[in-house]
Formats: sequence, C-alpha cells, structure tokens
Amino acid sequence: MKYIEEYRKKDLILAVAAEIVKVSRKEIALMEVCGGHTMAIHRFGLTSLLPPTVSLLSGPGCPVCVSGQRFIDAAVEYCHLPGVIIATYGDLIRVPGSNTSLEKEKARGFDVRIVYSTLDAVEMARANPDKRIIFLGIGFETTAPATAAAILEAEKEQLRNFFVLSAHKVMPPVMKALVEEGVKIDGFIAPGHVTAITGTAIYKELPEQYGLGVVVAGFEPVDLMQAILMLVKQHASETPGIEIQYQRVVNTGGNLIAQKMLERVFELKDESWRGLGMIPLSGLKLRESYAVFDAEVQIPVEVPPAREPKGCICGMILRGFKTPEDCKLFATACTPSEPVGACMVSGEGTCATYYKYR
Amino acid sequence: MCLAIPAKVISVDWPSAVVSVENVEYRASMLLLEDVKVGEYVMLHAGFAIEKVDPEEAAETLRLLNEVEKNSIR
Amino acid sequence: MSLNPDKILLSHGNGGRLMHELISGLFLRHFSNSILDEQSDSAILPVDTAEIAFTTDSFVIDPLFFPGGNIGKLAVCGTVNDLSVSGATPLYISVSLIIEEGFPMKDLEMIVRSLAEEAVKAGVTIVTGDTKVVNKGKCDKLFINTAGIGRLDRGRNLAGRFRSVIPGDVIIINGSLGDHGMAVMNARESFNFRSPVLSDCCCLNGLIGQVLDQSSTVRFMRDATRGGVATVLNELGGKIPFGIEVDEESLPLDKGVSAMCEILGFDPLYIANEGKVIIVAGEVESRHILELLHSHEFGQEAAIIGRVVQDHPGKVVLKTSTGGKRIIDVLTGDQLPRIC
Repeated sequence: MKYIEEYRKKDLILAVAAEIVKVSRKEIALMEVCGGHTMAIHRFGLTSLLPPTVSLLSGPGCPVCVSGQRFIDAAVEYCHLPGVIIATYGDLIRVPGSNTSLEKEKARGFDVRIVYSTLDAVEMARANPDKRIIFLGIGFETTAPATAAAILEAEKEQLRNFFVLSAHKVMPPVMKALVEEGVKIDGFIAPGHVTAITGTAIYKELPEQYGLGVVVAGFEPVDLMQAILMLVKQHASETPGIEIQYQRVVNTGGNLIAQKMLERVFELKDESWRGLGMIPLSGLKLRESYAVFDAEVQIPVEVPPAREPKGCICGMILRGFKTPEDCKLFATACTPSEPVGACMVSGEGTCATYYKYR
Repeated sequence: MCLAIPAKVISVDWPSAVVSVENVEYRASMLLLEDVKVGEYVMLHAGFAIEKVDPEEAAETLRLLNEVEKNSIR
Repeated sequence: MSLNPDKILLSHGNGGRLMHELISGLFLRHFSNSILDEQSDSAILPVDTAEIAFTTDSFVIDPLFFPGGNIGKLAVCGTVNDLSVSGATPLYISVSLIIEEGFPMKDLEMIVRSLAEEAVKAGVTIVTGDTKVVNKGKCDKLFINTAGIGRLDRGRNLAGRFRSVIPGDVIIINGSLGDHGMAVMNARESFNFRSPVLSDCCCLNGLIGQVLDQSSTVRFMRDATRGGVATVLNELGGKIPFGIEVDEESLPLDKGVSAMCEILGFDPLYIANEGKVIIVAGEVESRHILELLHSHEFGQEAAIIGRVVQDHPGKVVLKTSTGGKRIIDVLTGDQLPRIC
C-alpha cells in the first residue's frame, strides 16, 4: 500500500531508534494525545525500541474514552424514542453509560446502526422520511468537519429529520489543562490528522508559554520514531518549538475549507471530559443558526444525572498520577469485556493495555 | 479520530470521487477539498478525503530518513 | 419442476401435503441417496471403527448470501471441518432447517443446492433431516443446524496430543487470514466498499486427511473460525506450559483484506475464517507438510506463521514486522469499524 509500506520499513525504524538512543541523555516524558498514536505505538511495539530515558505517556486522545457518561445516557434515551434511528461510528457502541450501552440497547431491539461516514446517516434520513435520524457526533477536529459537511448537505436538501448530538471536542484546551495541572510532560507528540485540519497555530502557547516542544506526527511507525527523535533533539538543545514531522499531509495553515465549515456550523462551549471533568471551551456545539439540526434543541430528552462509577479513578490515571494497579476495580469489576471506566473502554486505553500485559 | 488511510483517486464525480486502496474501492466525499485529479492520493477518514498527500514532501521525508539510516551504519 | 407457491408458508412445516411436496420436490431431489431415500425416522448407518466422532453446529449467519458462499455451503463445511480437525473422516451429516414464514422459495432452493453440492465435494452423505416453519418474526429468515458423524481410525484421535507439544514445534496455517469475516462484513454492512474479497469457506477434510496420512508429528489442529487465528492460538497457549510466538511478516494476507483492515481499523488475527486450519507439528516435518499443503487446492498460500517457545508460557506474542513485540490477547468482543 503506497504511502504506508515505505514508512513501515524495519531498517528505517531501527535506524531512527538507534539515533534516539545516541541523542537521548536526559530523561524525557512525551505525551501523545491521539488514540491513533496510542494504537500505532502499541500495534508496532514501538516502546520496546526506545531507550529507558524516553517514556511515552498516553493522554486523553481517544474520543471514545473521553465521551462523557451523560452523552451515552442521552443517546440511550434517544434510541428508546419511537421512530428514532441512532446512527453512530462503531467506536461508541460498547461504551458503558450509567446503566447500559448502545450495543446492549441494540440487542434489545432498538434501532442503533453503525455508519462509516456521516453521509450514510444523511442518506438514512433521505430513505426514511418518517423516522428521525440522530447522528452521534464524536471525535476531534479530524472528524468534526465530516459532521459539519453532513449538516450542510442536510441544509441544502432541507431535510427535516436529520439531527446531530454533538460531543465533538477540540485538542489544545485539554493539552493545556494537563500541563496546568502539573502532569510531568516534557513534550507533545501532536496528532497528525487533527493538525492537518487545524494547522499548527493552535499549539502556539505550548512552547511559548510552557516551554514544551510540539512535533506533529504521522501514524506509521517511522513517523512516530522520527517525531520522537525530533522532540528528543529539541529537549536536548532546550529549543522547544512547533515542528511538523508529517510533512506529506500537514501544512502549517491546515485545511481552510474544513476550518471554514467548522466555523460556520459549530461554536466552542465548555465541555465535560470523562475522567477529567469540565474543561472550558473544549467542546463543539451547533450554532444557533443550525439549531434545527441540533438533537438537544429539537428533541429534548430527560437524562437522569450521570452516576460516576464508585471507585473509578480514571481521572487520576488519564493524568498519569496513578496507575491501573492503584485502582480497586482494575481486573476485578473492571475488565475489557465489562469495562467500567474510560481507561478500560477503548482497546488502547491505559487500563486496557495494562490488562493485556499483567 | 486519527484513522485515515492514503487512497488513490481513480475517478472524479464532484463532490465525490472513487478512491482505491489496493483493490478496494470506495466512493468518498471530496467536500473538504478544493479539487482532486485522477492519480492523486488523499487521506481517507470516515468516508471523507480530509487532505491530499504531497508526493514531494513524502519523498523528502524518506530522503531524510535514509540519511539517518546511512549515518547509523557508519 | 418449479415449486409452488414461491414463498415458504406455515403449512410447509405441518406434516401435510405442502410439506411432502417440499421434501420430495426440493430436499430429496437435491440430497438423494439410498439412506435418505428410505425416509425412515432414523438413518441406520454402518460404521466399522471402534470410535466415532460426533459434532453439531448451528448456523444463523446474516446475510444468508455473501461473496464466495451462502449459509448452506457454510453449514456443511463447518461440520465437516470440526470432524476433520479431530482426526476423524467425515461420513454422514444431518440437516435441520428452521425457516421463517414468507422465506422466498428460490433462495431456499439455492441454499439447498449449495448444501448438496458441498456434501458431494466433501464426500459426505446427508442421511437425515428435519424442517420446521415458524411464524414471521420468530426466527431471522433461516437457521440451519447440522450434526456430523465421522469414523475415527486407530491412531487418528488428536485429542490430548497437545500434551506432546514442545518448544521448537511449528505453527502452520493453510492460507490467508480473515477472508470470510471481511467478505461477510462487506455484504452485511452498508459501508459501501467495493472489494473482490471472497469467503474462504470450504471443506478441509481432503487436505487434513492427506496431512495426517503423511505425517506423524501433528500435535494439534483447530479450524480458525469465529475469533480468528488469535483465538485458536490463545486456546492452545492455555493448554501448554510454553509460549507461542507469531511472526507478523509471515502471516498470509489477501491484499484486499489487508486494505479493508487498514481502512476500518481491524486486526486480521481476530477475523473469522471458514476454510483455515491451524496445524502444530514437529519442526522436522514442517517442510514436508508445507509441500503437501501447497500442492492442494486449499493450501496454496500455506505458511509457517510461528512456533512454540520456552518463554512467556501461556501467552501469545507477536513479533511485529517493524521489529517490536506485542501480546495477542483473547478477543473481548466483535471488532467494529473505528474512527480512532
């Protein structure tokens, strides 16, 4: 596969790993904030190639893990309404809410359908004029434009039965929040596809205000290793800045068309992140001009107050303050097949990974 | 939100285009791009092309990496 | 003779005229053999070995038709393969159908025809069967149960042989991973991908029979169905005091399957197969077994994918193509297309 296999060549990976070993003197803790990066690091076994001076932290970059309990509970309430079809990405279907999950509700007979593209959900609305289709919008800046595009299509066709329940979030506020909280981070491996949309300006404060390097990385093993090398070099020479490793896809300005669409359809709001609490201006909600597509506005439902599971310390784990072993529920009440908290829900969450290696 | 794959444009039918990865074809939305030409590569994410792949930058990245490899053998 | 009416009705299952027409006009016409034609309540079967192998499986797949096969073909292959990997030679099968009222007759005919064809290909006889029709909504279109009997010749009982697995033994698969699961997914979900991937669904008794005839160090065999190769390897790992190492670069993969996995975020090690067997054998015989497989229709892409090792007992570890290592754990739920 072109543009994939070239970046998976073993000799290149090992060569960069050797270079990292050569250059790395001081201890450095690098955080990646993208589920795709966590997956790639795990899938290609990259941690075993790094010297002991370099440690990788997995931040809250998985939209599945950080989808608030209330969001799932709301989706469940919606799927119980007659004549409603819930359209969702596959990632979300097993995420536990306070009492149940969309997968379990689907098994009970409620209409929950997995889509690959938001436009499939729009098509569902066209094909089922007597039903209300509610698309669950999760994901960061990479995915939010797809939701925006779908809403604009629905607007063009004046569809009255297509709605979005948005839990979209944006990256930089949570990165800042973690640094402000005192999590020991020496540099960020920035998400390549988010940045392809947003451009690099969103990370400005991190080197300027906090002295932290940011390297925008691709998703193949060679990309990640090269990005880590770039961060190690920045750290060694004490010259934190923003660099793009993923040059073949990311340019400094980002994707202007996608940015305009986001700007047109969404606005920022304070948002609750599962395990991390409220982070100001970190979520995307539909603008008033698009309220006709906003599920929360058009079809209000009563969502019982979310029950944060007792004993769950995901918040501490997501910040790196505690490890899964510190959690009473780990591997007992909370397992990959019956996850309780965010860190176990997704296959690459910290707890899910620890569970595999215990 | 990061799972995107390079796909080759094999035919354009604006605002969609059929893209292929190996022998798998998909009619993707090009709504997030200005234009595409047959033969170009785009990053396919959740049914949309979110950016193009720049072949020159791709080659440059590989060139830099090959330099690292050469130096490490020395 | 075309069957009237064109849909299955409740009366087709009630023992009356319509049911008899269905049996003779459809089932007997395609399955005909001396035992079945007796139409007695029980099939009387000659078996001349001290032990027989007996297995059953139910098939509820949706969609019923997928690239490379249908539920009928699957129903025969699934049971034949279960018998074969135990070391038995499959002989007889039963076919039991539960049909939803309103099921199209022409679909039923296609499925029955596949059942018959596959049985002939595998050299097994359909000796008995049953048909029930249920009210609309009481079953999802069509469910099939097959049970199979095979003869277990002396020295072919593979149960318990895993106890003689030792470090150095090789792990062989007869071809590419994940074809069936991806073919079915493409047919089932409306993700709109166009891919030439075909299910690998086939009867492996011929292939397995040859391997067992010509080798003496086969210690373990399993067909890698739901849960994929990873599930079989973890099952083995749980039974032996050794570890298992898998070599990512040696995994045979169809390029269409590989591409779909990259697009949707799937791991081919966990995807279902319906024509793949995992064979664990002594290293000494591995080349010979590979040659045997390569010369067979269903083993052209056969490869050694790993070995039994002293380290990490009980765990299955993958050596990645990029030089790293990771654990292949047990599957905790169906894989779903990811955006993340």
